[in-house]
Amino acid sequence: MDFILQPWPWWFSGVLVGLTVPLLYLLTGQGFGISTSFQQIGAMCSPNSKLAYLRDFNKRKGMWTLMFVIGIAAGGFIANRFLSAERIEFFPESYTSVGGAIRLLVGGILIGFGTRYAGGCTSGHAITGIANLNWPSLVATIFFFVGGLGVTWGLGSLIF
Amino acid sequence: MEVKTQNEINLNPASEHAADIPTAGISGLTLAMSLLMGTYFGIVLTKSEVVRWQRVHDMFLFKEPHMYLIIGVGVVVAMVSMLIIQSVQAKSIEGKPIKYKPKPFHKGVVIGGTIFGAGWAITGACPGPIYAQVGAGAWMGLFTLIGALIGMFAYAALKPKLPH
Repeated sequence: MDFILQPWPWWFSGVLVGLTVPLLYLLTGQGFGISTSFQQIGAMCSPNSKLAYLRDFNKRKGMWTLMFVIGIAAGGFIANRFLSAERIEFFPESYTSVGGAIRLLVGGILIGFGTRYAGGCTSGHAITGIANLNWPSLVATIFFFVGGLGVTWGLGSLIF
Repeated sequence: MEVKTQNEINLNPASEHAADIPTAGISGLTLAMSLLMGTYFGIVLTKSEVVRWQRVHDMFLFKEPHMYLIIGVGVVVAMVSMLIIQSVQAKSIEGKPIKYKPKPFHKGVVIGGTIFGAGWAITGACPGPIYAQVGAGAWMGLFTLIGALIGMFAYAALKPKLPH
C-alpha cells in the first residue's frame, strides 16, 4: 500500500502510460490523444459557428474525447485525495500569484493553438504516433522539445 | 426472429430521432469505457507526477531523467502492444478492427509543435495534465485550461490563413 501512496517510479508509470494505447483501442476503439478534446469543447460551445474547423467537426463521435478528459479530471481527484500520502505540489509558490496566472494563461494559449495546429500533443504524437512509426509524429515531438528547451534555456531568466 | 434491444434502436443512425440523440454515432458502452480509461490515465498522470510543473521544468533543464524515462518506456510498451494487436488482429470489444490512423505531415507539425512546446515549458503541463490538475483542485490549472480553449478558438479562426 505504501508503494501506491508514494509517487510512482518511472518504470511503473511508463508501463501504465504505454498500456493506455492498447487498452483504449480495445475498450473504446479509439486512438489515444487528448488535444482533440479542445476542438470538441469548442464545437459544443459554439454550435452555430461559421468557422469550418468547429462547424464540420463531428460532435457526436467526439463525445468520447470529452468523456475521456472528464475521466482524467476524476482520476486527478482520486489520485490526489485517496491515493497520495502527502499533498501533491502541482505548482511552485511563485505561480500562485497574478504573475503566475498570466503566465499560465499565455502558456495555455500556446498549448491550445500549438497542439491543434500540429494535430496532436504528447499523447497523440509523441506516444501513439511514434509507437506506430508515424514519422510526422517524431518530427512533431522533436519540435515540442525545440519549443520547450528554447523557452526554458533562452527565456528562462525572464519567465521563471 | 431478431429482437432489437432498446440500446440498438437508439444507436441506429437511420433512426428518425438520431439527430436528437447527442450520443448517436457512438455507443453508450464506448462513452462509459472512455470515462473509465480517462480515470485510469488521470490517476497514472497524477501518481507519476507528470502533472507537476517542477517535473516538467526539470525535464527541460535536463536535471532529472524522470519524464524522459516515462515517455520512453511508454512509447516502447505502446509499440510492443500495437505489434501484438496487429499480429493477433485483435478487435475492440464492439468487434471493430483496430487500426492506427496516421497523422499527416504539414508545416503546422513544425510550427505548431514548437509553439506547443513553449506552452508546455511555461505552464508545466501538456493537455492531459491540465485536466488532471483542475480535477485535483489545483485551481491555477484553470488559467491554463481557459488559455488552451482561447488558443483553440484562435486556431479555428486563423486556420484558413495558416500554412499547412
